[in-house]
Amino acid sequence: MRSPVVRDALGVGVAVGLSGFAFGVTSAGSGLTVLQSCALSLLAFTGASQFALVSALAGGGSPVAAAVGAVFLSMRNAFYGLRLSQLLALPRAVRPLAAHFVIDETAAVALAQTGRRAARLGFAVTGVSLYVLWGLTTFLGALGAEAIGDTDTWGLDAAGPAVFLALLAPMVRTARHRAVAAVAVLLGLGLLPFLPAGVPVLAAALAVPTVLYVEGRVAGRCAAGRAARRDRGGRGLGNREQGGRAQPNREEGEGR
Amino acid sequence: MSIWIAIAVTVVGCYVVKLAGLLVSAGTLERPLVQRLAALLPVALLAALTAQQAFADGRELVLDARAAGLAAALVALLLRAPFLVVIGAAVVVTAGVRALTG
Repeated sequence: MRSPVVRDALGVGVAVGLSGFAFGVTSAGSGLTVLQSCALSLLAFTGASQFALVSALAGGGSPVAAAVGAVFLSMRNAFYGLRLSQLLALPRAVRPLAAHFVIDETAAVALAQTGRRAARLGFAVTGVSLYVLWGLTTFLGALGAEAIGDTDTWGLDAAGPAVFLALLAPMVRTARHRAVAAVAVLLGLGLLPFLPAGVPVLAAALAVPTVLYVEGRVAGRCAAGRAARRDRGGRGLGNREQGGRAQPNREEGEGR
Repeated sequence: MSIWIAIAVTVVGCYVVKLAGLLVSAGTLERPLVQRLAALLPVALLAALTAQQAFADGRELVLDARAAGLAAALVALLLRAPFLVVIGAAVVVTAGVRALTG
């Protein structure tokens, strides 16, 4: 029976589709026209990147730096696509169209299904319902924001950071994630006075290799320590090595 | 005009990334290091974006009503509130603090 798939897919599509309001309002508040906001929602169609782009433009960043940041943020979609192409086994002719709908939500719904038919149905229903609503609510949000004028008075400039935090929260699950987030915040804020607008966010991506490098060093030292203790007939692992950032746990699957 | 350039680059870039995932052979992206970088990159970017959007005014760091709004969003997230409620909490608290402090 396929109705549970459709119900789940519509649930996600409608719930997330409604948040196009938040994008429309933020986009208009950042100085984009209604047409520009709608063009992003219909043609780029990947929420976090859209928010990142309009926020960077509002901060006075160069258009190219702003766009590069947005595209960087969309890199995870390539990994969803990889998983989905195996799961959905789409004919080559359909892939260019299907690609447009490869986003967090469609991947989450499709990957949660058992069987190819259910996965395809979940992907399609989530994608189409979300696409239609996201476009529509972006339009209404942008129109509404233009009507009320100064969006800051209404606290709407806080919608951007709240959206990013809400997208970030489910991704942060391990000590490694927390370390990356903390280093990225330090880089993003610390470099702000010294680099052109839009660039500090890109520089914050260096938090990833930094944390992996430090982790590698610490893990290496722990391994060396263990070996030394074993040589002395020591008693195995100290507790300290189990906790904190040195934890050599593998990723529990990327994304959602 | 420069906004349209940014939109065009974003649209093309995001589409190419999506399509690449569907077209490349599985082996390319399956390497553990690539997988790990891909999982961590959004964490870094979103964390930096959150902080900048909440605490930056142009190129200066400031502490204003948005910080209170972000704190409200955090509380809503910890209470497992739905997405729109989290955003709403941030907006309402920011507007409230701004109204009170004039």
